[in-house]
Amino acid sequence: MSQEMWTYIFVAATFATYIGIAIWARAASTDDFYVAGHDVHPMVNGMATAADWMSAASFLSMAGLIAFMGYGGSVYLMGWTGGYVLLALLLAPFLREFGKFTVPDFVGDRYYSTTARMIAVICALFVSFTYIAGQMKGVGVAFSGFLGVEFNTGIYVGMGIVFVYAVLGGMKGITYTQVAQYCVLIFAYTVPAIFISLIITGNPVPQIGFISDVRGEDVSMLAKLNQVVTDLGFKEYTSTDKSMFDMFAITGALMFGTAGLPHVIIRFFTVSSASAARVSAGWALVFIALLYTTAPAVAGFARLNFIDTVNESTYVESLDNYDTEAAAIVAAGGKPTPKWFKDWEKTGLLAVEDKNGDGRVQYRAGADNEVTKLDRDIFVLANPSIANLPGWVIGLVVAGGLAAALSTAAGLLMVISSSISHDLCRRTLFKGMDDKTELLVARLAAAGAVIAAGFMGIYSAQLAFVAQVVAFAFGLAAASLFPVIFLGIFWKRMNREGAIASMLTGLVPTFVYIWHFKIGAGKAADAADWFLGVSPEGIGFVFMFVSLAVGIAVSLVTKAPPQDIQDLVEDIRVPGTRRAHGIADSGMAPVADQA
Amino acid sequence: MSKDAAEIDGKGYWRAVLRLTLSLLAIWFMVSFGAGILFRDVLDQVSIGGAPLGFWFAQNGSIYVFVGLIFYYCVAMRRLERKFGVKG
Repeated sequence: MSQEMWTYIFVAATFATYIGIAIWARAASTDDFYVAGHDVHPMVNGMATAADWMSAASFLSMAGLIAFMGYGGSVYLMGWTGGYVLLALLLAPFLREFGKFTVPDFVGDRYYSTTARMIAVICALFVSFTYIAGQMKGVGVAFSGFLGVEFNTGIYVGMGIVFVYAVLGGMKGITYTQVAQYCVLIFAYTVPAIFISLIITGNPVPQIGFISDVRGEDVSMLAKLNQVVTDLGFKEYTSTDKSMFDMFAITGALMFGTAGLPHVIIRFFTVSSASAARVSAGWALVFIALLYTTAPAVAGFARLNFIDTVNESTYVESLDNYDTEAAAIVAAGGKPTPKWFKDWEKTGLLAVEDKNGDGRVQYRAGADNEVTKLDRDIFVLANPSIANLPGWVIGLVVAGGLAAALSTAAGLLMVISSSISHDLCRRTLFKGMDDKTELLVARLAAAGAVIAAGFMGIYSAQLAFVAQVVAFAFGLAAASLFPVIFLGIFWKRMNREGAIASMLTGLVPTFVYIWHFKIGAGKAADAADWFLGVSPEGIGFVFMFVSLAVGIAVSLVTKAPPQDIQDLVEDIRVPGTRRAHGIADSGMAPVADQA
Repeated sequence: MSKDAAEIDGKGYWRAVLRLTLSLLAIWFMVSFGAGILFRDVLDQVSIGGAPLGFWFAQNGSIYVFVGLIFYYCVAMRRLERKFGVKG
């Protein structure tokens, strides 16, 4: 059976599973729709969180990024996992004890202010739309690259699938679909990694292969990689050209941003108690770590293997007659360019130019480099062919990439839908709205968001901010959402004025800085022009401290929050003592399940 | 087992929680920002398997410690909740 056939089978089978789960887990109430009825098992929620968290970027791009950045890529590894420690210790259990539906809900009620709620809604919507457009684009790329389907058609199919399970099932449908999606994506990621680790180091565990010697040689994989890349004029793999302060700032922005991202936080509203939220964060990180500790191994192996098989190989002209041409090259004592290289050349993600006319491919740093295009996303996708695995493994990897993109898109959709139906409509504009109407509005909002996200994916090439997901989403979450939530729990004296000032000082400068250096006039600027030498990816970390300081200062010079709010903060710190409090809980059906 | 809200020493419990949180965050900082970035060059003089130790902490080691930290936190919090009679 052809590889394309296998891909169709895997994609169709996984999509059918997701829809089946959605029909089984329909939402009947707003509780089901927003928080899956508050009774998801901590481990199940951990798995769903992991799928929610790991996007198309984690699955397809991260290992390739690290392969080229070497040590510099560590910012993603530490940043996107270390944030869960902050989440478990500082936010998740307390927000669960607070017992509401959304992040703007916490901000609005804790700071007794509609203005604060609206600023939080704006943050949540901007972050989520930026993020979801990237996922939709990933779905389009996967479809067009592997199934010969148009990019736009791919997005329509993806929209249709997410539409069914998010609009029907809400958080409940999404949670159980994400569990299935996690299983698909982790299997698809680790199987090729195990085989490649075996080929290169002889050890089947990629995490151990990463620190082992190259098979049959007395030199470690990393030492050999350093040797090989420096011979070709690249910088050492275990080094970086980022400054230490910039490394520090980017890691910080990614960590605090992770902890402040609304679609991650709301996952912890779905479990039954504060202690379940803690355990759930632990499980989430276990499931995430499975992929994240494999990624650096995949990165190192891929880089080494690429150089080994491609550099100085004799270029095979035709793909159709590959076998005979390659055999002739071997017979003449040469090394033919591998077949997967030819396959990828076809997609335009890889390109060579025989600059010195010797018929061989030279891969090196500088002007003599003959590999003129090398897209970092191909490494994870090419892994199965590099390791000579059968065609069905490629189909599996494509299904895995789609699972990663769709699961993240669905989680983001929930944030968008609940921000609109709950925070904007029920809590601000139409306070008398009943549960049934709210559920209908939530479904309509989710449907509208799916369509909007799909079009943002289709026009992603024209929307410059879509490509800047990392800088925008994490920078804004770290600088504007993390400080108010953190201070709202750990500092009773934090008041409405402080919260509004803190969110705005985080939001506006971070947004302007990233826009200026990534999209606007400063796009061509280099590191020398950056404020304190901090890149746009890391700036959220710097402004987070400004935002914290401003929030504290403004609170201290204005009136203390009402006694009711201070009592509420004490309640959420001690599990099981949460009582209803007039101001924060008026007009809500809040804490019935807390009894 | 759980006591009435009035009987719980909420303040004492919260102080204990803050102490625990601060010490775990100190470890969190040391394995990532510390071992992986600030003191990386010093640690790189030692190797774990075939990897320089600082580099390994940045790419693999810190993540293992993070997982351990959260589960230790869960256990320690349960112990605190029992000690203070808080219903977790």
